[in-house]
Amino acid sequence: MAFKIIVCAKQVPDTNEIKIDPVKKTLIREGVPSILNHDDANALEEALKIKDMYPDTHITVVTMGPPQAKDMLMECLAKGADEGVLVSDRAVGGSDTWATSNALAAAILKLGDCDLLFAGRQAIDGDTAQVGPQLAEKLGLPQVTYVTEFKIDKNMKDITVKRAMEDGYELIKIQTPCMLTAIKELNKPRYMSINGIFGLKNKEIKVWNAKDIEVDLATVGLDASPTNVYRSFTPAPKGKGKMIEADTEKEAAQSLLINLKAKHVI
Amino acid sequence: MAIIVIKDKCKGCKLCIKACPFEAIDMDGKLAVINEKCTACNQCIPSCKFDAIIKTESEDGPVDLSAYKNIWVYAEQRKGKLLNVALELIGEGHRLSREISDDAKVCALIVGNNVEHIAKECFEYGADSVYLIEDPLLENYTTDGYTKVIVDAVKEYKPEIVIYGATHIGRDLAPRVAARLNTGLTADCTRLDVKVSSYIDYAVKNTTLDVSSLDPNSEDKGLKQTRPAFGGNLMATIICPKTRPQMSTVRPGVMQKRERKIGAAGELVKVKPVIAKSDIKIEILDIVKSAKEIVSLTDAEIICSGGRGLGDPSGFELIKKLADKVGGVVGSSRAAVDSGWIDHSHQVGQTGTTVKPKIYFACGISGAIQHLAGMQTSDIIIAINKDPDAPIFEVADYGIVGDLYKVIPQIIEQWDDAEALYDATTK
Repeated sequence: MAFKIIVCAKQVPDTNEIKIDPVKKTLIREGVPSILNHDDANALEEALKIKDMYPDTHITVVTMGPPQAKDMLMECLAKGADEGVLVSDRAVGGSDTWATSNALAAAILKLGDCDLLFAGRQAIDGDTAQVGPQLAEKLGLPQVTYVTEFKIDKNMKDITVKRAMEDGYELIKIQTPCMLTAIKELNKPRYMSINGIFGLKNKEIKVWNAKDIEVDLATVGLDASPTNVYRSFTPAPKGKGKMIEADTEKEAAQSLLINLKAKHVI
Repeated sequence: MAIIVIKDKCKGCKLCIKACPFEAIDMDGKLAVINEKCTACNQCIPSCKFDAIIKTESEDGPVDLSAYKNIWVYAEQRKGKLLNVALELIGEGHRLSREISDDAKVCALIVGNNVEHIAKECFEYGADSVYLIEDPLLENYTTDGYTKVIVDAVKEYKPEIVIYGATHIGRDLAPRVAARLNTGLTADCTRLDVKVSSYIDYAVKNTTLDVSSLDPNSEDKGLKQTRPAFGGNLMATIICPKTRPQMSTVRPGVMQKRERKIGAAGELVKVKPVIAKSDIKIEILDIVKSAKEIVSLTDAEIICSGGRGLGDPSGFELIKKLADKVGGVVGSSRAAVDSGWIDHSHQVGQTGTTVKPKIYFACGISGAIQHLAGMQTSDIIIAINKDPDAPIFEVADYGIVGDLYKVIPQIIEQWDDAEALYDATTK
């Protein structure tokens, strides 16, 4: 029987490309590309590595988002995933991490049994790192987050992972079914292949709405979310300070030190 | 609750589309339409010149949340040693509890095995009470084991607020606890407020937020949890109005611990956990401390950071010389880490460490938003860069436009003469 892996991924704006309008203090979003979230690319890569080694592996990539997120699923399929599922519905829009995990859990249950659930640690637009563990909780799966190394025994049951800590790592043994979250140290994601792109016509992307995933509507969307945005704003730029003008580097350094001394900083 | 566009008022000017960080507004002819990407972040509301965008409030009636009291701090320990962030959170919890009411307490929650000695340290740093959960099965952190005993304790004692350090453990544990309790959780907060008046004070001093719609005399004592989002490009304040406890993970290094009061004591509550080996689905085979040099950026008073402007990895030798001279530690930008010039543990910024030193030297760092997000609250920022238009100069207290390979050696050479140089100018 095929080994079934579900990879959770998100399409995100490339936040490194975002700049702040220096006058209006608003985000400049024009020309910012949408990309496959970095950590999720690592999660997918690890699933693909398992498939490289055990071809009888089936990888489904699941995402939630607007219709455009299909583009990201196409990318995942062109890299080698077998199937894509997009959960898209106004009813699930505005979900916080709790509500998002309810919707994703419903979609994953609809897909049937899975052996391994792999997600990125966090998405670069929200940086919460919460959906992975919350989804695992909703599905009743054990979890390991911050995975930097992954090994699966050929019995396809016993998994050994390294979990990054701030000051080292933990070596952890866990059994399928389970949920793991990947960080960038785990691997180097591959690119789409020509064969992968040509093979797209044989692969399917399912688009499911809230009704399709049979989710309780009282547990998804903006209204159901326990957290709400109270206010949002751009951070105040710290006022521009003093530019030190000097003819030589020596004078510049002297002027700096005099200023620091005058302010009792040193 | 939702953001809606009043059709009659919308003129189709598209200003709201520019203001929206989430691409959540489309145009349907001359009418703006909110799509499912909307997170109700409110950015579009002030952008509309015609008052055509409003937020509808939730229709839910008030929920009785009064059974929940006190602030709990997850006092994270590893191998019997309390983490610094736990002390910072006790300090912050102390401040918040006094804002809630005279009888609200800050309580430390300690989970582990043979860790009772930590309780004393918690009291001395300001905890009113300590809840202690001990069991041999809780010797090391496991998601399953710790989640179970914490959820049980929260259900029994009903804290109003639970805060965790946003460490690799806190960020693994808190979402699991929140999901099991079906309550809200806000990640990686950098500011917490209870009173609206405190929030207003903070917002006026530090943000671009228009506070005219906030009432400083409001009775609202809900937790206002402020965090960077969108790679630090946007700050959002999150509330959890309908469920309890309100939970946050808080970034290490941003809250203030209280001064230690030797001998301070408080109420110690020993909680008997209900836990069995079968509750824990994983097995920890080994815990390895890294041999690499520990970079304590969060504790450093002076940080000397280098970026891509160094040109090559050897530039960090000069940065290290500067750090040695001024008694600081070496930091870096993400660009330098991504180039493989220096280890990630040195990285300052949104995806690295958030720092708040007395002096921050930014050498050859252009000042990408993600870097600024992690260092712009430093007391004094000194920027050295060739490019006079580098964004780093916008946040710098002192800027020097020049070749860092010429400027830094001069700073090192004259550092010890600073006093004499200053005296010479005052004569």
